[in-house]
Amino acid sequence: MSAALDREWTRFTPAERMARFAVYLACVVAIVWSIRTIEIIPEFLYDAPEQMADLLTRMWPPDVEYYPTDIHSALVETLHIATLGTILTLVAAVPLGVLAARNIVPWWPVNSAAQLLLVASRSVNSLVWALLFVAVFGPGALAGTMAIAARSIGFVGKLLAEALEETHNGPIEALRAAGAPWGAILLKGYWPQVQPAFWGIALFRWDINVRESAILGLVGAGGIGVALDDAINYFYWDRVAMVLVTVFAVVVIAEILVTQIRKRII
Amino acid sequence: MTEATNAATPDRTLAVRGLVKEYVRGKPVLRGIDIAFAPRGMTAIIGPSGTGKSTLIRCINGLVRPTSGEIHFMGLDLAKLRGRDLRLARRRVGMVFQEYNLVERLTVMENALSGRLGYVPVWRAFLRKYPAEDVARAFELLDAVGLGDFAHRRADALSGGQRQRVGIARALMQNPDLLLADEPTSSLDPKTSVEIMELMDGLAAKAGIPVVVNIHNVELAKRFAVRVIGMTGGRVVFDGKPDALEPKHLSEIYGGESWLT
Repeated sequence: MSAALDREWTRFTPAERMARFAVYLACVVAIVWSIRTIEIIPEFLYDAPEQMADLLTRMWPPDVEYYPTDIHSALVETLHIATLGTILTLVAAVPLGVLAARNIVPWWPVNSAAQLLLVASRSVNSLVWALLFVAVFGPGALAGTMAIAARSIGFVGKLLAEALEETHNGPIEALRAAGAPWGAILLKGYWPQVQPAFWGIALFRWDINVRESAILGLVGAGGIGVALDDAINYFYWDRVAMVLVTVFAVVVIAEILVTQIRKRII
Repeated sequence: MTEATNAATPDRTLAVRGLVKEYVRGKPVLRGIDIAFAPRGMTAIIGPSGTGKSTLIRCINGLVRPTSGEIHFMGLDLAKLRGRDLRLARRRVGMVFQEYNLVERLTVMENALSGRLGYVPVWRAFLRKYPAEDVARAFELLDAVGLGDFAHRRADALSGGQRQRVGIARALMQNPDLLLADEPTSSLDPKTSVEIMELMDGLAAKAGIPVVVNIHNVELAKRFAVRVIGMTGGRVVFDGKPDALEPKHLSEIYGGESWLT
């Protein structure tokens, strides 16, 4: 019995404990550092509730009249930007995702090149992409669509590559053993395994894109953001409220739709 | 490999010569295997886990590339084949897996038809327009394995035994000249195991093709195989008829004796 008691069990080695402590310490340092960097001005902070109350009274009631005249067409444009942008994304993200998946293309230079493109796409914010494309295509929905697509490729491609890397190798091996060419293996081995994930990712990205395309108008890339920008510039806070209510409603409806569709495809 | 050569009864002798496989240089898993398999009937390979049985089977259809040695089958040295030639040769070798390796989200029918993917153009697979004779053959084989009514069921709705039946149907869809099976019964209950062995043995005999099966269950090996090969440490230490397999051989293959009583 005493022999058993002598044996000690610990979850972590001393080195691991040190490493964990270092991580916690780093987190605390990072938080303190961030708070000092953002330089909160106390006067503005004390004033905030009052300002907020003032803004809300100016916003209430939302200007319902503004919807049929300006918001509706802008909203439709926003949905078109989000949907077309997402479709463009899928076209570009599928090949990139496949090339980035290490189990499908077992050649690291290709994986790295694909990953680099995906990271490049993600590292730039939609608004920044929109600024670039407004410069290229001029203001309007085309710039917005391209911005949405450019930003989403990295997101969809990365998640698709991860889904592909998590597939079971057994069925793949079985198809290889049957002498199937690589196209058939992709189609009948990998695709059925990632199909639910793929549509899930695509729908989720569409959902995000509806929200993102709502603000692209702020930089002139079309959609409901243009209506929002106009209203803010002229201090029509009741119109701003109406735009925000509309965006909120659309996002809720999109969320319900996506959830329902996801349930069906899995 | 034209249809004409298939029609005339081909020589389905499989000959493995001097086969060596090292996953890590200097640590061979297979240390020079020399076996000539008969052109029909079931050969069972028994031996402890990690002794290279699976590697041997996988070398035969090129899922594992041998380090050296020859694998002669149907006038080809399978060990030398690369790329497209290897792929075309694999179509002639069916394989049944321990974990069934079905595509879970596809139907039983599509899993069976995927045995034809080596023959069917990709666009046909994409449009699910498989040749009518393939579909007819798939129904025939699903009937033969007792799953005629399950064609439209998804593979993930099946039990282990049913999945393995689909696995057998898929392998035979290739119209193979050789059937390999890697621990086909290890995940199944005793009764289902016997049924699966009966199916493989019966259908292969009907097709007139040899079967090479890795198996842990010595009783099943003796019951179905016409020849048993015992491996240990990457070498063949027993090769003979099932009746000739005695406790002393088993002791040599698996080590120890107490488990034999």
